[in-house]
Amino acid sequence: MSEIVKKFMYLNRKAPYGTIYAWEALEVVLIGAAFDQDVCVMFMDDGVYQLTKGQDPKGIGMKNFSPTFRTLGDYEVKRIFVDRASLEARGLTQDDLVEIAFEDFETEEEIDNIVEVVDSERVSELMNDSDVVFSF
Amino acid sequence: MSILHTVNKSPFERNSLESCLKFATDDAAVLLFEDGIYAALAGTNVQSDIADALGKLRIYVLGPDLKARGFSEERVIEGISVVDYAGFVDLAAEHDKVQAWL
Amino acid sequence: MADTIDVEGKQLAVDEEGYLADLNDWVPEVATVMSKQDNLELTPEHWDIINFLREYYEEYQIAPAVRVLTKAVGKKLGKEKGNSKYLYSLFPYGPAKQACRFAGLPKPTGCV
Repeated sequence: MSEIVKKFMYLNRKAPYGTIYAWEALEVVLIGAAFDQDVCVMFMDDGVYQLTKGQDPKGIGMKNFSPTFRTLGDYEVKRIFVDRASLEARGLTQDDLVEIAFEDFETEEEIDNIVEVVDSERVSELMNDSDVVFSF
Repeated sequence: MSILHTVNKSPFERNSLESCLKFATDDAAVLLFEDGIYAALAGTNVQSDIADALGKLRIYVLGPDLKARGFSEERVIEGISVVDYAGFVDLAAEHDKVQAWL
Repeated sequence: MADTIDVEGKQLAVDEEGYLADLNDWVPEVATVMSKQDNLELTPEHWDIINFLREYYEEYQIAPAVRVLTKAVGKKLGKEKGNSKYLYSLFPYGPAKQACRFAGLPKPTGCV
């Protein structure tokens, strides 16, 4: 077993439902969580649409994977970021986005919402800080 | 010859909408569906393009695609009509041809 | 593995690994039939986990991975049950794989 913990960033730039990228990316994050790495998930450009509240794709015959984002906290993903400029360009605010809670059962640390809206400089910083960036 | 133009790509990712609005003439209709619906929402960076186009064109948006993506009809720019699948079919039938901006 | 299982006289479609093809086909009897195929007798403790999985799926639209399942079970049903030893004692073929199958859920994401 490797003891080296790498910093992974999953970078999401695609809207949900129109293409398969968003769902595939979420599956990869969930699978990757099993490897005990330091994971953050970044949403920018059309990727911010993945987190909108109230999604209901029954009418277009697709699976609603929006609720699945709320499990990311269970999968030990503790850091989820949204690029502020991408939200603003789309007339959205943090109120339009789902909340994702985090809870560590061992340390009993609880965070009500790990979705954090950040400025472009912080996005660059986080990107530079990562060992690996997975892009979707 | 009246044309129904359809746009199913996000205006932030492709120039499909931009090209559509550039070439669509006054008697045409534009239907936004799939990821194209994001152009119909108020408050975005492309709202002014849509507002300009509404002066000369009819613009429609597909309701089920709005709902799927978490947006209610109240979020849609005034002047755009929300249609369902049957309305999509009617629009296609009312026009001489359909031009899809992929 | 047959492509259907007989549940209360109805033939329900399953995939090549025995998971129910349509989640909506599920009735409690499905778990009973599947457990008999696996030579397992279902106790209330088994049902706690099966029902828990169904609720988890209902809320999040995925079947949880084993480590997530153990954590979540510990929280919901008590710490003494939130460990893989306990879950494997109930479901020898693996809590996520076997219990998810009994619960009519798809195979958990990340399971090979």
